[in-house]
Amino acid sequence: MEKESRRNFVKKTAIISTGSLATTLPVEAFANVIENKKLKISLVGCGGRGSGAIVQALEADDNIEVVAMADVFADRVERSIIGIKEHFGDKRKINIKEKNIFIGFDSYKKAIDLSDVVILATPPGFRPLHFEYAVNTGKHVFMEKPLATDATGVRRVLKSAQIAKDKRLNVVVGLQRHYQNKYLDLYEKVKSGAIGKLVSGQVYWNDGGVWVNNRASDQTELEYQMRNWYYFNWICGDHILEQHIHNIDVANWFIGDYPKYAQGMGGREVRNGKEHGHIFDHHFVEFTYPGGQVISSQCRHQKGTESRVDEVFQGTRGSVTLGKGELSSLDGDTIYKYPVSSSKDANPYQVEHDKLFASIREGNVINDAFNGAKSTLAAIMGRMATYTGKKITWEEIMNSKENLVPDDLDWDSTPPIMPDKEGRYKSPKPGITKFI
Amino acid sequence: MNMFINLFLFPIFLTLQDLSNKKNNFTQIITEDDLSIEMVFIPEGKFRMGKDTLNSYDYSPSNDVEVSSFWISKFEITWDIYQLFMDQTNFDEKSDFSRADFIDKIDGLSGPTTPYVDMSFGMGKNNFPAVNMTHFAASKFCEWLSSKTGFYYRLPTEAEWEYACSDEMDNLKIDDFAWNRYNSDEKYQKVGQKKPNIYGLHDMLGNVAEWTADIYNKDVYSKKRKKNPFESGENKYPRVIRGGSWDDESSNLKSYYRSFSTKELQRRDPQIPKSLWWNTDAPHIGFRIVRPFNKESQKLKKMFWNYSD
Repeated sequence: MEKESRRNFVKKTAIISTGSLATTLPVEAFANVIENKKLKISLVGCGGRGSGAIVQALEADDNIEVVAMADVFADRVERSIIGIKEHFGDKRKINIKEKNIFIGFDSYKKAIDLSDVVILATPPGFRPLHFEYAVNTGKHVFMEKPLATDATGVRRVLKSAQIAKDKRLNVVVGLQRHYQNKYLDLYEKVKSGAIGKLVSGQVYWNDGGVWVNNRASDQTELEYQMRNWYYFNWICGDHILEQHIHNIDVANWFIGDYPKYAQGMGGREVRNGKEHGHIFDHHFVEFTYPGGQVISSQCRHQKGTESRVDEVFQGTRGSVTLGKGELSSLDGDTIYKYPVSSSKDANPYQVEHDKLFASIREGNVINDAFNGAKSTLAAIMGRMATYTGKKITWEEIMNSKENLVPDDLDWDSTPPIMPDKEGRYKSPKPGITKFI
Repeated sequence: MNMFINLFLFPIFLTLQDLSNKKNNFTQIITEDDLSIEMVFIPEGKFRMGKDTLNSYDYSPSNDVEVSSFWISKFEITWDIYQLFMDQTNFDEKSDFSRADFIDKIDGLSGPTTPYVDMSFGMGKNNFPAVNMTHFAASKFCEWLSSKTGFYYRLPTEAEWEYACSDEMDNLKIDDFAWNRYNSDEKYQKVGQKKPNIYGLHDMLGNVAEWTADIYNKDVYSKKRKKNPFESGENKYPRVIRGGSWDDESSNLKSYYRSFSTKELQRRDPQIPKSLWWNTDAPHIGFRIVRPFNKESQKLKKMFWNYSD
């Protein structure tokens, strides 16, 4: 029922907008605004999330065809295709030509070349390279967060974001809280002054951590790191970036700005085995904003500890708790509660794609890349504050020379970080690690 | 690793097993960490399963059904115990292999993958009921516990569940016995705070709804089943869910009320394939466990433990 009306909506609006398109759009964009045409979509990065995103794209629009898939690992593509086919069963034919399955570090180019719309869902270290290629070749993009693992990558993404803007390409970023009704509703209420001016907040991603992929005897060091990517900064960027970006991004969104400086502490207390690479297992960062707001940000990956994933902000007249979906008065009384439970509300992972494809069909433009890049940078700023133990300003991080991801990787490349004789990786040390 | 646990722990439990073969309540100690599961003996008997109504609800027509003796856990399984299952079966490379046909290739027992978010959804863990596990995961918990303790555990059948709940519950003041939509503060609560039923079982109705072993079949009551009925099957859903939850109207909190799983329980799982182990939209579904008094065949055990062959 819901799906039916969505599709009708897409069709109807597409027809209405056709007339105005020819006169208002530059030629290049017009070539890629297709109200009725079958849209070709490619997937770059065929893990669980990328495969999920392809399914959501296909659910969003009837007239899409998956034309190509790319990954560094052939087994990931195989599993992805099985999963997508199983999901649709007989309801929708998924037919990807064998010659359009590309494997390797440069596979993204061939897959992107064949498409109108591309999903970029590799680990974040590769995003700047892939996004740049996608916008240079004029493709609409859905890409997962975060958008880079270092400031060099963020600057590259910002440049590409501008190119996308100039070409009127749609870019949706998987910071799905921006597409979640509860957040949108509370954002409007806070923005219209329901709890006064925001002065402080707390954001959390505390839980037991994620998977480990253990080393196999036949793997090179590079393949091992690519399989167990969560624990290597050049690919992942640490969990303060990879997961906690969601909550830091909500702080930026609700405050309406990016942090002026950050200071904090963190370390590697419990999750510190050889299989855990070199990232920290906890960070506690204080972000100070240009308007004077202070946000405490905590993220922890330690089993058996108190878990909480949430955002809370205090204003001059009350507070908002996003998890519960509540506004409270200064006395702590609930003054508003978002009425729909999350399991009955629209699925934000689906809404991202509904909006993206509706926008493409209508000839509109969504461009999440600027905010995605800046929230990525804010989380990296937090990471560098805990790694160095120093105060890091927005200007410093924006000009940081850190460049973690090697150019022109192939399977003979040496990864940028190597284990010592005992198989351990050098981890950052506050007070010793230098800001670059 | 599980082999190790077996060899190591089995002798300790031999003595306990002797005790627990008697028709008494017993306490299943499960680890060195002071965790235990209280098991209540339910004597065999006959009861009226379902409820007759003029409308064609799935719980009518009612039948006289005979159930053999079993023990059932006094409380819903808590996160404390479920976490141990997660930790002790966690060989993480299988997180890439979250599909049933890969599972059989792994030596020994498999257990839940590490979820991307805290699956308690911030509703609490210490002594709170575990939720959001799939039916498959709950079945595998029973297999893990069996392997760990040397006793055979499984999910209750729908008939065992209804028998142990008892229809006396249906006429009592529900707020005294069950956390429901109107008294739960919109979340599950610590187990065992409400009054127990006639067998001494807590939270049979309300708090979290509970997985049973059966495949859901709307018309199954018209089959006039007589003894230990059980609808087996391999499909992920629909599986029967009983008891209603903190999120239910009190009218759904009845001994005979039947609910069932659908793929909507994984609606917000952003990955493909969807997790074999975790539901993203079931913060109201947990489970409790049963140990049958009579021996069950290896074939039946594997069926209960969700093997696909």
